[in-house]
Amino acid sequence: MFSNPDLLHFIFGRLSLDSLPFHEPILVVTFAAVVLGGIAVLGGITYFRLWGYLWNEWITSIDHKKIGIMYIILALVMLLRGFSDALMMRAQQAMAFGGSEGFLPPDHYDQIFTAHGVIMIFFVAMPLVTGLMNFVVPLQIGARDVAFPFLNNFSFWMTTSGAVLIMVSLFVGEFAKTGWLAYPPLSDIVYSPGVGVDYYIWALQIAGVGTLLSGVNLVVTIVKMRAPGMSMMKMPVFTWTALCTNVLIVAAFPVLTAVLVLLGLDRYADTNFFTNDLGGNAMMYINLIWIWGHPEVYILILPAFGVFSEVVSTFSRKRLFGYSSMVYATVVITILSYIVWLHHFFTMGSGASVNAFFGIATMIISIPTGAKIFNWMFTMYKGRISFDVPMLWTIGFMLTFVIGGMTGVMLAVPPADFVLHNSLFLIAHFHNVIIGGVVFGMFAGIVYWFPKAFGFKLDPFWGKMSFWLWLVGFYFAFMPLYVLGLMGITRRMSQFDDPSLQIWFVIAAFGALLIAGGIGSFILSIVVAVIKRDKLRDETGDPWGDGRTLEWSTSSPPPAYNFAFTPVVHDLDAWADMKKRGYVRPTEGFLDIHMPKNTGAGFILAALSLVLGFALVWHIWWLVIASFIALVVGAIAHTFNYDRDYHIPASEVVETEDERTALLAKQQA
Amino acid sequence: MTMANNTAAQTEMPVFYLKEEHHPETGTMLGFWIYLMSDSLIFGILFATYAVIGQNYAAGPAPTDLFDLELVAINTSMLLFSSITYGFAMLQMEKGSIAGTQLWLAITGLFGAAFVGLELYEFHELWSLGATPMRSGFLSAFYTLVATHGLHVTFGIIWLVTLMIQVAKHGLIPANKRRLMCLSMFWHFLDVIWIGVFSVVYLLGVLG
Repeated sequence: MFSNPDLLHFIFGRLSLDSLPFHEPILVVTFAAVVLGGIAVLGGITYFRLWGYLWNEWITSIDHKKIGIMYIILALVMLLRGFSDALMMRAQQAMAFGGSEGFLPPDHYDQIFTAHGVIMIFFVAMPLVTGLMNFVVPLQIGARDVAFPFLNNFSFWMTTSGAVLIMVSLFVGEFAKTGWLAYPPLSDIVYSPGVGVDYYIWALQIAGVGTLLSGVNLVVTIVKMRAPGMSMMKMPVFTWTALCTNVLIVAAFPVLTAVLVLLGLDRYADTNFFTNDLGGNAMMYINLIWIWGHPEVYILILPAFGVFSEVVSTFSRKRLFGYSSMVYATVVITILSYIVWLHHFFTMGSGASVNAFFGIATMIISIPTGAKIFNWMFTMYKGRISFDVPMLWTIGFMLTFVIGGMTGVMLAVPPADFVLHNSLFLIAHFHNVIIGGVVFGMFAGIVYWFPKAFGFKLDPFWGKMSFWLWLVGFYFAFMPLYVLGLMGITRRMSQFDDPSLQIWFVIAAFGALLIAGGIGSFILSIVVAVIKRDKLRDETGDPWGDGRTLEWSTSSPPPAYNFAFTPVVHDLDAWADMKKRGYVRPTEGFLDIHMPKNTGAGFILAALSLVLGFALVWHIWWLVIASFIALVVGAIAHTFNYDRDYHIPASEVVETEDERTALLAKQQA
Repeated sequence: MTMANNTAAQTEMPVFYLKEEHHPETGTMLGFWIYLMSDSLIFGILFATYAVIGQNYAAGPAPTDLFDLELVAINTSMLLFSSITYGFAMLQMEKGSIAGTQLWLAITGLFGAAFVGLELYEFHELWSLGATPMRSGFLSAFYTLVATHGLHVTFGIIWLVTLMIQVAKHGLIPANKRRLMCLSMFWHFLDVIWIGVFSVVYLLGVLG
């Protein structure tokens, strides 16, 4: 019936042996390393018989704390990938001068800057933010889990599936060469006929489902599950920023979903949304993607602001200055983030009035943001400040972010933007706010809450090394880009003519190396902490000595049920208030605790989505149909499972709590 | 005086934890509502896209050449009726009648299927006139908006059948009632979206 090539095409779609990048030595070596590393890890898991443990305790877990930790592990792994891309770009630009083409062909270089952007935003920054919120929010509001624990597990695995699909593109086929937002017409089928943009679309669609559902989940958690007495204006600031961020997620990610569907239709079904002919309109894509994209940067930065607020008051041993102004500033930023998207393309030619509106709206955002900076400074004023690692990140952020904010206001002036648009000045600006804001914030948060999650602190020496290398490295890596941008150098270039520019790129590459040291030190701070965990152990549950919010009232790590008794809140800084007024920890009267059950459904559905995504990328239509049907049937089958909860018997609670009582007694003795 | 005493008593002996189990309200309805709002944003984007490129006919057919208002009116009535019958199903559910609930759900499903069938027929007719989604920006936007709604209705029908099986199996237990409520919101939501589609795409299009 089928001649042989037809049969192969039916089975494998566009996929063939030629899709494997044997001609790229860098990729072949990377692939070999990944395979060897993978075999080592899988072998280790098998040798130590950890599969059952992993499946029962982690993969199927619906415990928000474990899911939060898994998000952060995913983010750190992807950080290594995204940062390797950054190192390669810096090395390429530092050497590709005076006729040298560097070591990366343009075709490969374009994939690298696209992958760098996509991975850093979607699979590093997003999982870091979501992971921290997942871990911290239920503890801060005195809840036992999130509102929809199963969905939480499913969301995590969908995000992971998206990340896996992007990693697959490294070795099977190619990734998009379009830049991280895949503007058409370049990303249309005419100019990008390969699989790169399809990987981009499906990786983001799959991960996007996870992000949207976790957004819904956390909004409902915060609205419905706060401990009695915790009114909205008694919520910790981190929870407030988490609420605003998740509202933004729910209101922004559907736009991304829709616009990627339209781009996908243009590529798969030959429609004319963004094409050059037959009535398409490419500028519509750019508008739509930034209607998602601008709120997205606030989705990332708001939780970082929340972390800084918690850290600065804990380490200044003071109540946060200006709590209500902090809340209002957060809400105002949330709203304003929706009406500034056009500042990403003032050069579109929408006219002076439109540009003026969006320019001014953008500048106004600096007012609530500035108010926050002053609030943090006033919190430190006359505080008894201890310079622990989270506090260092916070101070580094305050200095660095202000510079990024000011260059942002410069870019918000449309005439200035016409000069600086798409230049390295812009690159310097957004790395200035994303590294100086989001990355510093997430590191502060990880170091701050790590003892809560694992029961011991991270190693302070390597933590400090990590901070200083990142901080200094950041300035070395990005200040030269400001200079180059002002000289008119555009972004995304793989080679340069003018030899006088080279020195700036060499300095930037040196900065990237320092940052590499910062990442290495951070990993060391974890490794050393694991080795020295007995010295760094936290047996009180309040390792920084002055925790102010409810998460510090639990043991470190907290029991599966978080709180044996639901706390009642009287004050904004609930735990500080409890300590001040002589709260006595209950040691008897424990009851059975009602908890949700683990399930493998989320993992299985996400794995099927991954197969579906891969089949769609490669046009393997039989597999598309099969995996889609499996997905629908699997989802329906899951709804037939009504047995979703269980009770932790009171005897078990007594055992756990007695252990803690003994531990605390030992402390006091 | 008594109030002052109370406050004093509270500062001395505050309650810091609940001695009995705490049962926060279930968030399913709120969560589903938020999901619907996010879904409506997807439709919002599709409407906006239609508004921007809906007049780009690329020398191809325009709405006045294509739309058969009578067919669409019948189609619309199918969906509106299905919303009413879903309402009857919910009333039966409140009464606790499994048979009544199932009957009205089945009728709702049939109306829904009729709607999807008529829509497919309409697409088939347009397609045979050469009005395919590939023809122009207008037709791309038209098919995508209408078919996205149609797909939602199709999934609604699959969900409805699933729920009928679950009600048959377990009766009107709280979990099933909650699910029926969610589907109810979903179904009426699709009705509202369709009113938008009918007005913006078909009525305004024929006015043209």
